[in-house]
Amino acid sequence: MSDTATRPPTTTSYAETGSTGRPSWHALLRWESALVLVLIAVLIFGSSKSSTFLTPTTFFFTGLNMGEVAIMALPLLLIVMIGEIDLSVASMLGLSGAVMGHLFQSGWSIWAAMGVALLVGAVGGALNGVLVANAGLPSIAVTIGTLTLFRGVAEIILPTPTTRLIPTSLTKVGVVPIQGTQLAYSAAIFFLMAAIFAVVLHATALGRSLVAIGLQPESAQFSGIRVRRIRFGLYVASGVICAFAGILFTLKNSSASYGAGSGLELTVVAIVLFGGVSIFGGRGTVLGVVLAVIIVGSLQQALTQMHVQPEVQNIVTGALLLISVLVPNSGEALRRIRERVRRG
Amino acid sequence: MTAQLELPPQPTLSRVGTLLRARELGIGIVIAIVFVTATLKNHAFANSHSVQQLLTGAALIALLGVGETLVIVTRNVDLSVGSVVGLSAYVVGSTFKHHPHMPILLGFVLGIAIGAAIGAINGLITTVARVPSLVVTLAALYIIRGVDGVIVNGKTIDPGSIPKVFQEVGYRTLFGVPWLAIIVAVVVAVVGYAMRSFRAGRDLYAIGSNPDAAALAGVPTGRRVFTAFLVSGSLAGLAGALFLALHAQVDVTGGNGYELTVIAAVVVGGVAIFGGSGTVLGAALGAVLLNTINQALVASKVSAFWNDAIAGALLLAAIAFDRWLSLRIARNLRSAEGAHRNV
Amino acid sequence: MKGFIAVKSGREEPVVAEQPQAPLLVLAKATKSFGAVQALTEGSITLYAGEAHALLGENGAGKSTLVKILAGVHRPDSGVLEVGGQPLTLHGPASSRAVGISIIYQEPTLFPDLSVAENIYMGRQPLAAGRRIDRARMRKDAEAVFAQLGVALDPDRLARGLSVADQQIVEIAKALSLEAKVLVMDEPTAALTGVEVERLFEVMRTLRNQGAAVLFISHRLEEVFASCQRVTIMRDGRYVRTAAIEDLTVDDIIRSMVGRDLDTLFPKTETVPGEVILQVENLNREGVFSDISFEVRRGEIVALAGLVGAGRSEVARAIFGIDRRSSGVVRISGTELSNGSPQASMAAGMALVPEDRRQQGLVMELGLDQNIALASLGRLSKFGIIRRASEGAIALTWAERLQLKFSRLKNPVSTLSGGNQQKAVLGKWLARRPTLLIIDEPTRGIDVGTKAEVHRILDGLVAEGMAILMISSELPEVLGMADRVLVLHEGRLTAELSRDEADENSIMRAASGLDAGAAA
Repeated sequence: MSDTATRPPTTTSYAETGSTGRPSWHALLRWESALVLVLIAVLIFGSSKSSTFLTPTTFFFTGLNMGEVAIMALPLLLIVMIGEIDLSVASMLGLSGAVMGHLFQSGWSIWAAMGVALLVGAVGGALNGVLVANAGLPSIAVTIGTLTLFRGVAEIILPTPTTRLIPTSLTKVGVVPIQGTQLAYSAAIFFLMAAIFAVVLHATALGRSLVAIGLQPESAQFSGIRVRRIRFGLYVASGVICAFAGILFTLKNSSASYGAGSGLELTVVAIVLFGGVSIFGGRGTVLGVVLAVIIVGSLQQALTQMHVQPEVQNIVTGALLLISVLVPNSGEALRRIRERVRRG
Repeated sequence: MTAQLELPPQPTLSRVGTLLRARELGIGIVIAIVFVTATLKNHAFANSHSVQQLLTGAALIALLGVGETLVIVTRNVDLSVGSVVGLSAYVVGSTFKHHPHMPILLGFVLGIAIGAAIGAINGLITTVARVPSLVVTLAALYIIRGVDGVIVNGKTIDPGSIPKVFQEVGYRTLFGVPWLAIIVAVVVAVVGYAMRSFRAGRDLYAIGSNPDAAALAGVPTGRRVFTAFLVSGSLAGLAGALFLALHAQVDVTGGNGYELTVIAAVVVGGVAIFGGSGTVLGAALGAVLLNTINQALVASKVSAFWNDAIAGALLLAAIAFDRWLSLRIARNLRSAEGAHRNV
Repeated sequence: MKGFIAVKSGREEPVVAEQPQAPLLVLAKATKSFGAVQALTEGSITLYAGEAHALLGENGAGKSTLVKILAGVHRPDSGVLEVGGQPLTLHGPASSRAVGISIIYQEPTLFPDLSVAENIYMGRQPLAAGRRIDRARMRKDAEAVFAQLGVALDPDRLARGLSVADQQIVEIAKALSLEAKVLVMDEPTAALTGVEVERLFEVMRTLRNQGAAVLFISHRLEEVFASCQRVTIMRDGRYVRTAAIEDLTVDDIIRSMVGRDLDTLFPKTETVPGEVILQVENLNREGVFSDISFEVRRGEIVALAGLVGAGRSEVARAIFGIDRRSSGVVRISGTELSNGSPQASMAAGMALVPEDRRQQGLVMELGLDQNIALASLGRLSKFGIIRRASEGAIALTWAERLQLKFSRLKNPVSTLSGGNQQKAVLGKWLARRPTLLIIDEPTRGIDVGTKAEVHRILDGLVAEGMAILMISSELPEVLGMADRVLVLHEGRLTAELSRDEADENSIMRAASGLDAGAAA
């Protein structure tokens, strides 16, 4: 046993490990490439099953069907990015429609009714925001509560669907595409919003803050990021945007009913997760969500054209969702299984 | 410095424990208040038929709540329960339709088996692939709904194809207590006892309370979480069979949306959404409370439209109350400590 | 090291027979790496029944990795473990416990939602007929263990809300109740007061009398001399030496631990303090700390010392605005800061390098560039859009200035070594050019070479006129770096010592509340 105290001081014994590090966006890009491949497969599948699949009409109807869901997916993307969740999105869509419908039915102008609906969206979002960001309550429980609450208030406000005729200049958003194109209005709005969200998430200080909050909330707070304010703000934004989706939904159907969009919340969540956004926060791209929207939309359209019942189409959504979480984890899982087998 | 050694038994701290355990009592009191208020408004609310309805109406959600509690206590969630109810109900119904003389007990076994299989798959994927259970069970919800759609194919099972004896489970009573409620009460008692008095049950709480510490304490985390999903699935399968007995008919919409109602009931019942605490009795009482409010509104001639709004507000109030309580406890403990430290 | 011979040392009585005996536990040449980081190059230790054996080494020397191998948490990449002469492989914490190894971790590992008694007996609750848990007996057993420890804790209360010291007592009770053959204690005394430490030593003695071996890890050498018979020293993931305690002096131990003489480690140069930068007046946070007042001047390093759990980090958090203060005033260069606003503190020129760099200092999955930029996003953006070029430039500037070793700016900081991660946190804050730097545990868990570098950096910063408030649990660091030492005990300032007054004894007395107790 030699005394090593006289040995010259060793320099750092920790190897610099840069070469093994993989930037996190790398994996994401791969997921998005996979989504592109899936999309191509879906398009080939659709056109092989139905000669009318690859037509402008299909494109229009896909946009029309997916528009509101897609729009609600954008704020949810940001909320999931910071590691929270909002299950009240579809109820807010219903509530906003009910408020707008009720006011319009009682003689308000349609524009004023829509304004109040947006305001209700902000208030409802602020309620979520206060409970999650300020009171520190778990967002999943809070938004299950407001999911029920918003739907309930919608029922109270508007027990029966509206009958007063909404001006056709507005309801045409649910009937015809934007002039000269085959793009549904709601789809066009979605793509515009997606572009804005992409810039915000991927290029601004706010977007970087969201990533930091999602990955390491404490580090974000210690870096001077206003974590609480951002959390609150995102819920308000989600409320307003879902209220806006509710307006589009009402205009599309030319009538409001309290049950509008019932159960869509899980579809929106599924799309966001399928788009490669990590449920733990911090990882995800707008591009992924856009691709997920297009894939789910075209697949539904293809299956509808094949006269597959809507319930059955759920299998596809579920399977895609499962694959989206299993594939990135499969290497790790296989390693564990092998280890377990080896140990007996 | 020796204050710690001569510290009298800490009264505030023990009371805190009692307070938490008294959660079930608190819900019981709220149920009683709602019941009395509704009865004052409408005396028919307290008659035996109405009370039976209260119990049967809550039974399925309470049963699902038991399984969901096991899962949530381990910091997971099972969103697939509603779809399992629908699938199990329809498969059991259509089996009766094609084999009218099948023993009714086999009907229940079939339902449980379907649920157990799905629960096992959920549990396996969650524990082996380490995928968040929220995503796994959400995907399961969609896939099961889809499979259900394929099997149902637009048809409806009607009362004519379900054996009378099987249906009787849904409405018969024993000494005035609905069989449905008795079955659920037995499940609550058995599972509740197991959760309290067996190591495996305590392991579930340990996993949810501090997963790393649970692993360090040698708790077989994966196996326990798997079991929780298995039980949740099995109970959902049983609930499906009971759904069929209760409603005597089922189509593709059976059990739609139950998943979130169950979670709401469980959380109202005092189960922490992030695991570690809560009891199956609390969850069952949460379901009874939600249903009592529902029926009370009907009896009080308040528009039933208020039901959802009140349920939602109640859920928010419940989690806000829990939060307030834990903050208060923390503050009390802190000052109590400060006091004994500064002796 | 020819067989173990117990010897008189300190106040300890020899408790084992004086003839060579077979070792109880041998770990030989264990290695463990995580990814490309070699955490343990040569982990070796031999424990005999009835001895208390100290494992010493600086942070990052590999002690915790070694402990986790004994605990069955980490599986060594190579090496041999023998317990009672039987070579074996541990498959997990349960199998480690099964062979009679019990661990008290530095960080308590309790279940906040379960009762204290259940925390002690988790997974091995006493059973009655029908495999039911016998709660009454569990309660009684827990009470018996507490009686043995001489503490009054209610076994029925929830673990949530226990003070750090009480949590540690529950951990000790847990280990005690296991009746382990080998008890490993990873800095169990860090949060304990003098009386509690004394009691712990008594427990160690009892266990040794029963033929158990105790592996004791502590940074307080006086505790090692008071309670242990043999010492094993590690450095940089390697075994250095094992010796009987009476063959060693404090200087020997330190030299073996750091691999060089101590005085070259801390290059603090004399500076003349300038005007007051930070002024804290009657700072209170209910139930956490009270009545904290002090100043930090330009060009000086003020150390905040005290035991773990005394409230040092909490004071720093309240000054910076992470936590709200119940009352009191914080001023930077005379301007009062608004309560609970890190943004206001940052704007006034304050920076906080937090104690936990993985959770609080860095976003581990982001690159070096994004981490360094994270506190300066506002200044790096134009119309809200981050200018990537400036981001890279600022990161490069500070990485170079701090001699941070990295391969690519974009690589996640999780791939850096602990020391370079700490430099990344420093760079992130220095990029803001603060006037006051609060640095919490500046060198925790980083290798010796980088440690000296960090000290040189801090020295350079005060020389340039920065004011530094340094929180440190390492006395040599405090004594070497600080111009003044503030000592905190249970949320109160118990001493303010000048460089001349500060020594190990005066700081430890104040940190244990002894001086304050005499004054009261």
